[in-house]
Amino acid sequence: MWKFFHQMASPPYFYRLAATLIPWFAIPGLILIAYGAYAGLFLVSMDYQQGDAFRIIYVHVPSAYLSMMAYMMMAVGGGIGLIWRLKLAHAVGAAAAPLGAAFTFLALVTGSIWGRPMWGTWWEWGDPRLTSELILLFLYFGYMALRSSIDDTAKADKASAVLALVGVVNVVIVHFSVEWWSSLHQGQTVFKKGTMDADMRIPLFAMLIGFSFVFGAMLLRRLRTEVLFRERRTRWVRELVLSPEGGK
Amino acid sequence: MEALAMGGYGAYVWSCFGLAFIVTVVIEWRGRVRHNEIYRDIEVRIKALEERE
Amino acid sequence: MKPRQQRMLAVGLAVVGVAVAAGLTLRAFEENMMFFVEISDVIAGEYPSERNFRIGGLVVADSIQREEGSLDLRFSVTDTRCELDVSYTGVLPDLFREGQGVVAHGRMADNDLFIADKILAKHDENYMAPEVAESLGKHVQDQTASLGGRSSECETG
Repeated sequence: MWKFFHQMASPPYFYRLAATLIPWFAIPGLILIAYGAYAGLFLVSMDYQQGDAFRIIYVHVPSAYLSMMAYMMMAVGGGIGLIWRLKLAHAVGAAAAPLGAAFTFLALVTGSIWGRPMWGTWWEWGDPRLTSELILLFLYFGYMALRSSIDDTAKADKASAVLALVGVVNVVIVHFSVEWWSSLHQGQTVFKKGTMDADMRIPLFAMLIGFSFVFGAMLLRRLRTEVLFRERRTRWVRELVLSPEGGK
Repeated sequence: MEALAMGGYGAYVWSCFGLAFIVTVVIEWRGRVRHNEIYRDIEVRIKALEERE
Repeated sequence: MKPRQQRMLAVGLAVVGVAVAAGLTLRAFEENMMFFVEISDVIAGEYPSERNFRIGGLVVADSIQREEGSLDLRFSVTDTRCELDVSYTGVLPDLFREGQGVVAHGRMADNDLFIADKILAKHDENYMAPEVAESLGKHVQDQTASLGGRSSECETG
């Protein structure tokens, strides 16, 4: 077991393994998204209150889910990097941040577009769920700005890991905001029983798993870039580049 | 056509799905461009070093 | 600037940024809490008279009166104990209907009329097909049918 982790953390091994793993994430992910989107848009019945506008849930919820998952990966990666000095763990944060920011942006914009016809507003200042999700976006921006402002990779890793860990409190606030305060946003649907008909729920789960798989593929690809850049002066990269088949 | 109109919510529903598609494609494409740039930089540097030796 | 100073600046900015964000959030939430008044409290006369605040409740069945040819609207909201009359002029969210949860922003005109300048609709976390809802007897309009009228528990101020 420990040998496996050790191998995983070895950059040349990981660089090659990630390349073979990517299609195993991307292809099932894309199939699930294709099914989920088609079913969510055309097969599933409209909602008794919201009509067809409710179909936005099929992109909004997976985006919001990933916006928090990506942050947690960033924070856990930073924590592991700080404690066990695993370089690859720090690379996870660097690779996950732009993806997390993209999905946070999507969650905010799709939520806003959904809120306009249903709630009657694009945005409500001071609403706990909306505000904390916006702060999540700023945390991603801050994390990326901090990283790019420090040239020394080891120091950038440490500083940004601390920021990521401090920001975890905001993810907790995002998650529980609809329970702790009165929010315009409704409560939990996905992992609660009896909130959704099975034929509406199955495509939603397909989208959630599909988005997660595609996110995994995108993260692995970015991790390869990170590993390659961080190891640019090592012998294995030199051998890789000089090998006849190359190593893109 | 009726299915695309989404009972009057077509503009909202389709812009959400469209935007999600565009954002994911753009971010993935930018990631690939960056990977290729970094790879090329390393390649150029290492090959230059190799020739000097 | 030396690299070390640059680093310190970056770390400093990150810390300040997080602190400002946390402060803004708490302030926003506090405001969100402070200026939300329960309908029962409004009826009891406990509301800020000099400023706008928000109320929330369900639209009472058969209480919506529209002015012909204008956007003027009158309806009642209930917190299941007390009822309050609301007047509003403007565009409504699509979810606005009898039995729906709404949030209204505005102020009291006199002791029994709330003049709203913004109406937002809330919905719950339940999603189902219209046919399923019907068979469950979940038709929205029925939800407050039994809630009409002030209950005896409602105390006026």
